[in-house]
Amino acid sequence: MSELNQNAENAAASPERRRFIGAATATAAGLAIVPGVMLYEVAHGRAEDQAASSAVRWGMLVDATKCATGCDDCVTACNTENGLTPVAESAHPKQAPQWIRKLELQDPLTQMETNLPMMCQHCAEPPCVDVCPTGASFKRADGLVLVNRHTCIGCRYCMMACPYKARSLVHESLNDTQKPDVPRGIGCVESCTFCVQKIDRGDGTTACVEACTASGHNALIFGDMNDPESEISKKLRELPTKQVRADLNLNLGVRYHGI
Amino acid sequence: MAVNLKHFLALGAVVLTTAALAWAGSDTQPKAKGAPQPVISKAVKGEQCVEPTEYMRRNHMVVLDGHRDKAVIEGIRTKKYSLKECINCHASEKTGSVAAAKDDFCISCHSYTSVKIDCFECHSTKPKGSIAMHPLNAETAHLKHKLAANTKTTVSAEEMAGVAQ
Repeated sequence: MSELNQNAENAAASPERRRFIGAATATAAGLAIVPGVMLYEVAHGRAEDQAASSAVRWGMLVDATKCATGCDDCVTACNTENGLTPVAESAHPKQAPQWIRKLELQDPLTQMETNLPMMCQHCAEPPCVDVCPTGASFKRADGLVLVNRHTCIGCRYCMMACPYKARSLVHESLNDTQKPDVPRGIGCVESCTFCVQKIDRGDGTTACVEACTASGHNALIFGDMNDPESEISKKLRELPTKQVRADLNLNLGVRYHGI
Repeated sequence: MAVNLKHFLALGAVVLTTAALAWAGSDTQPKAKGAPQPVISKAVKGEQCVEPTEYMRRNHMVVLDGHRDKAVIEGIRTKKYSLKECINCHASEKTGSVAAAKDDFCISCHSYTSVKIDCFECHSTKPKGSIAMHPLNAETAHLKHKLAANTKTTVSAEEMAGVAQ
């Protein structure tokens, strides 16, 4: 939003005004104590030459009470953003990669139905990273659990270690159908990246969350769990939430309400 | 019988030599001996590569390798040595790709040197966006001369040369 405003102003502005706006934005972005030291790390506006920082921990809150039966907008948005072939269109649906799945659960005693999306939970202590023999499966400083495809050998140990069935192996050549922002290919394991390309661009959200909000369900909230003022932190303080398989003590980046 | 065979072989040799000379002399074929020389077309966008051309020819893999680890593991996505930026400038005008056809920028040299290129098992060979959808998209600006060619206004040769560089 602020970026849009800035662009609009810049269009007609003189170089001096531009510099002033730049300085004003920089001052507004964080409280400088002394040059180089900030009170707040700015999560969204990370410069492109800045490494991801552990001051941020990206997380998602899923409100299962708002997740609608029969809606799979999050799955579709994920496929579109990341260039995945939808399972229904795949030549081999059983082995088609899925980064986010829509689950419908039913309590056998009460017949109560629960809807929820299941994807990589971006654990703070990820089992997939523990078992990876090449170090390809790794946790980035800002909490994203990713696969470095340059070192992945496709052994699938991580798929077996993951308690959430969140990872997929790409079995077939993708024949240059990949998105320029999302490299992915045959012989590598992959999973939800919390749309790392969008995060690094400064969007501060993911495709599934955008789709859920656009559909009016508002079941997904994404943000920095380390920032006490972020929407997700506020909601996590308000709502009772659960981690799936909390007994494993993995400290998940995805929390569920209403399960 | 033996004489006939000799004549036949001699005739065959003459025919082959003539054909080979004609092939070597034609304009469409590279004139060098041995394997056809790689076709290195100038980048559509930009005037100068991020490093001198001679350096990039020998060391592009080194800078790409260093950049990829920083980008993937640390999330440092500077544009300077990004493969995506290589593709943005060097995608061919015909195929819109750096590796779709034999003469495309990456494939041309790599096939000449017989070095297998693995980048495009995973990375897209095309720049982001399409000219049909977003004519003013900054990321498709390298194709703007195509749009210019489609319009009816006359474009001078100098202007076209400027765009092509």
